[in-house]
Amino acid sequence: MVYRTRYITQGIAKVLIWMAALLTIGVMILILFQVLAEGLPALHSRFFLDSPRSMGREGGILPTIVGTFALTVVAILFAAPLGVGTAIFLREYTRESRISRIIRFGTDCLAGVPSIIFGLFGFVFFVIYLNMGWSILSGGLTLAAMILPTIISTAEEAITGIPPSYREVSYSLGGTKWQTVMHTILPSALPGIFTGILLSVGRSIGETAAVILTAGSSLMMPTSLFSPIRTMSVHFYILAREGISMKMAYGTGAALILLVLLINVVANWLLNRYIRHRA
Amino acid sequence: METKEKIIEKILLLVALSSIAVLGLITFFIFEQGLPLIWKIGPKAFILGQKWIPSKGLFGIFPMIVSSFLVTLGALSIGIPLGLACTIFLCEWSPPSVGTVLRPAIQLLAAIPSVIYGFWGLVVLVPLVRNYLGGPGLSILSGSVILGFMILPTIISISEDSLKALPPSYKAGALALGATHWQAIWRVLMPAARSGIVASIILGMGRAIGETMAMIMILGNAVKMPTSFLDSARTLTTNIGIEMGYASGDHRQALFATGVVLFIIIMLLNSLAIFLSRRRTG
Repeated sequence: MVYRTRYITQGIAKVLIWMAALLTIGVMILILFQVLAEGLPALHSRFFLDSPRSMGREGGILPTIVGTFALTVVAILFAAPLGVGTAIFLREYTRESRISRIIRFGTDCLAGVPSIIFGLFGFVFFVIYLNMGWSILSGGLTLAAMILPTIISTAEEAITGIPPSYREVSYSLGGTKWQTVMHTILPSALPGIFTGILLSVGRSIGETAAVILTAGSSLMMPTSLFSPIRTMSVHFYILAREGISMKMAYGTGAALILLVLLINVVANWLLNRYIRHRA
Repeated sequence: METKEKIIEKILLLVALSSIAVLGLITFFIFEQGLPLIWKIGPKAFILGQKWIPSKGLFGIFPMIVSSFLVTLGALSIGIPLGLACTIFLCEWSPPSVGTVLRPAIQLLAAIPSVIYGFWGLVVLVPLVRNYLGGPGLSILSGSVILGFMILPTIISISEDSLKALPPSYKAGALALGATHWQAIWRVLMPAARSGIVASIILGMGRAIGETMAMIMILGNAVKMPTSFLDSARTLTTNIGIEMGYASGDHRQALFATGVVLFIIIMLLNSLAIFLSRRRTG
């Protein structure tokens, strides 16, 4: 009898867990399907190459694509060197010490800060205090602060995965620490670092709260780093929330999803090809 | 050579302090902007005040604190069972074919921008709630469901790590004593990974409290004390997100003050989660 109940409990648990897993996959498919099914028909070449007219009711989304791209590039240019440098310092220059514990605590905390707080910070610090206005530079720097923890942790993971023998060979040949880092550690960790950067690009593209407060929502084509811009996510948000045009909202949403999908597929491919493979 | 190496090490140390510097700057500027208003109207009147009418200088955020916690509670009641079930599924039970679908699906859930979740909630979930359960549809319930799915990746990835970190002998021992696979999971593996699982839930909680854009689109943003899960509501984050665009003077400072409260809540949750996951490894 006891023997049987145990297996009945196990059976019930198994059914419930299967249902939960299928529900999760189902919801993900539903979200993607809904937006792609309605949005894909709007995606033709003019949609990508035209500027929006009458607040986005007509025309395309070209300035928002340029804006998204510019903002992401600025964010990565600032965050990547800082993040990779931090990872190198944590992994190659200190062992578990007080300073490394403090740095890790700071990084972990930063990772949990909500994007609206980054937005508030970027607004007072970059937009007002440093007088950069709503601009690509303000938005990009705010995003850089936001993605820093992701880049640090993925770079750390990539460096940790390098076998100790690589370092030993470099040192035994008379290499200094810095030479070892530049010629041995960094080249081997590059795919992992690149994966982290790709994931951060995905996050930057999808971010709205922090960007709308620091880069503005201008629909004009940007002309310099100090131009205000509207990213695709912000454009999508404004179209949908203010009910400007559902058709254009779906189109922009579909474009966003496709972009994020593409980035994730590439990042995963890299991860499987270079990192899990070696481990 | 020697001096060059020393200089490089110093530069790397400075670089490595950048995240601390950013955290410090954020803390300084949020507090610098928000605290004066809190002192001006009194911490008690600000935190426990029921009325938010910026035009009359009334800044009470109590309904928003309550709403934030209600939405988070709702999200956790969906996210925890679903997240732990998916974790168990991935670690213990998935046939390779289903696992290869579920894992990328969860990564995608993490990658989908929050505005897309908000939009989907707005066009699919909100009408469903309005038609079948009544009320405006833009409600705590709709927000909770969407948030529940948004925090899944956080809960799953961290609790999965802590389950995987257990020595294989735990499971082997349980099975050798005659436990069923489920008994081994439920009575041995899950309790052993407890602190990591709790940390994952706390981090999920932090994400839920901090989510802004999706909630602006789904919650309806009414500034009042919610009385049921079908009521429209405004959380701490959406209060900032909606009004920051046009606020000035005291009103803007009050939004930063809202940010101060949010920041303190998040930092407490973060520290707790970090403490818990440290204990696991240490």
